[in-house]
Amino acid sequence: MKIGVLALQGDFVEHIAILRSIGVDAVEVRLPDQLDSLSGLIIPGGESTTIGKLAVAYGLIEPLREFGASRAIWGTCAGAIFLSDDAHRDQPLLSLMRIQVERNAFGRQVSSFEIDLDIPALKAVDPQQRPFHAVFIRAPLIEKVGEGVQTLAQLEDGRIVAAQQGRLLATSFHPELTGDSRVHQYFVKLAESA
Amino acid sequence: MEQELGTFTVKKGLAQMLKGGVIMDVVTPEHARIAEDAGAVAVMALERVPADIRADGGVARMSDPELILKIMDTVSIPVMAKCRIGHFVEAQILEAIGVDYIDESEVLTPADEQHHIYKHNFKIPFVCGCRNLGEALRRIGEGAAMMRTKGEAGTGDVVEAVRHARSVLGEIHRIQNRPEEEMMAYAKEIGAPYEVLMETRALGRLPVVNFAAGGIATPADAALMMQIGVDGVFVGSGIFKSGDPARRAAAIVKAVTHYNDPYVLAEVSRNLGEPMVGRQISAIPEGELLAGRGW
Repeated sequence: MKIGVLALQGDFVEHIAILRSIGVDAVEVRLPDQLDSLSGLIIPGGESTTIGKLAVAYGLIEPLREFGASRAIWGTCAGAIFLSDDAHRDQPLLSLMRIQVERNAFGRQVSSFEIDLDIPALKAVDPQQRPFHAVFIRAPLIEKVGEGVQTLAQLEDGRIVAAQQGRLLATSFHPELTGDSRVHQYFVKLAESA
Repeated sequence: MEQELGTFTVKKGLAQMLKGGVIMDVVTPEHARIAEDAGAVAVMALERVPADIRADGGVARMSDPELILKIMDTVSIPVMAKCRIGHFVEAQILEAIGVDYIDESEVLTPADEQHHIYKHNFKIPFVCGCRNLGEALRRIGEGAAMMRTKGEAGTGDVVEAVRHARSVLGEIHRIQNRPEEEMMAYAKEIGAPYEVLMETRALGRLPVVNFAAGGIATPADAALMMQIGVDGVFVGSGIFKSGDPARRAAAIVKAVTHYNDPYVLAEVSRNLGEPMVGRQISAIPEGELLAGRGW
């Protein structure tokens, strides 16, 4: 099984390193034909406006929508914004997930933070259910989830920071910046189920 | 759940999100909009681009906070701003207005000819310039969360950017092939903090993201730096001193993503209009070179 990481811009190298550390074959994806033969795709952190514009310029929007209709995609931070169907401004979106996001919801870089989160769904890969140490960098929030979207993680005040719709996964934070591979393992299971 | 702000992980992490991207110098909100529309990952807000600083002479200082705030209001991408080397009060002001990254930059006139800012004391991250491994590791030791090779700003001549990137990357390559017991003497020789040197040797790369800067003017220049091994590029005067900034900016963004694909590079290099008028480094008197600033 092979997982692709969209390598238009952002921290795709970190995702590839974690995937390889758990024994998954991982490749960089920059052009539409590189999506063939993949079981899943990760859209990394980066700048969502940059990733969106490059995806438009290289004809990736429709191929990514088709990919997401039958296979697994996980977006971290900018990738979560790109998967959403509403980001409150005019920028290219895949509109694959019925989630509304607010970009830079916590403010500018000075408000970026780390925190421990409870992610009950991770018991599928970790029976002990230890908290997940999450890194939020100029992070978006998932303001609203639509029909068929399940909330996976919330901050103490109830604000949503991870959601799942079938085989599509969105996280406001960056599991690729920690040594913890549990969310990657969880995503690989989703991809395998396709 | 305890929330931790301003940790080194989040400082360094923002730079990781900028990788594979282009950071563009802008002097007005309109420029900032053009840069964002072209796909810049961040903008550097300043009053004059380096080519103009070079031409105007005089003391170059931090920009007016009003200008920086206007640019911050205009774009949704991160905004960086420059302070003078060692001028920690300019840095405090930039932190107070909430810029996303501070560039402690040799392009401005240094405020301290012996010491850089102690950057660990700040909640917001710093990027600093370097010409070689020793300089890079000293800055990281002081708390820089991102590096950029200096090049020679405002010239449109890529030769110094290449020299500095090859120097840093080449030295990292060499220490990996040298025995551990030589590292203390080597740290002394290059003036580097020993622990950061050992970390770099183990990683086989700098422990923070490393961009190229100073003299990048074309998509080919940008792709050259990426192939040499940097994580992204800063383009200063090269965009807004060229004939068609929007087009050139978009082309450089694509060149950084597809840096390994000569067919894409050929396509994006076509019909870009006039590049910035360059100044050959070898024709610039030694005293006017900026890269030597920094200690």
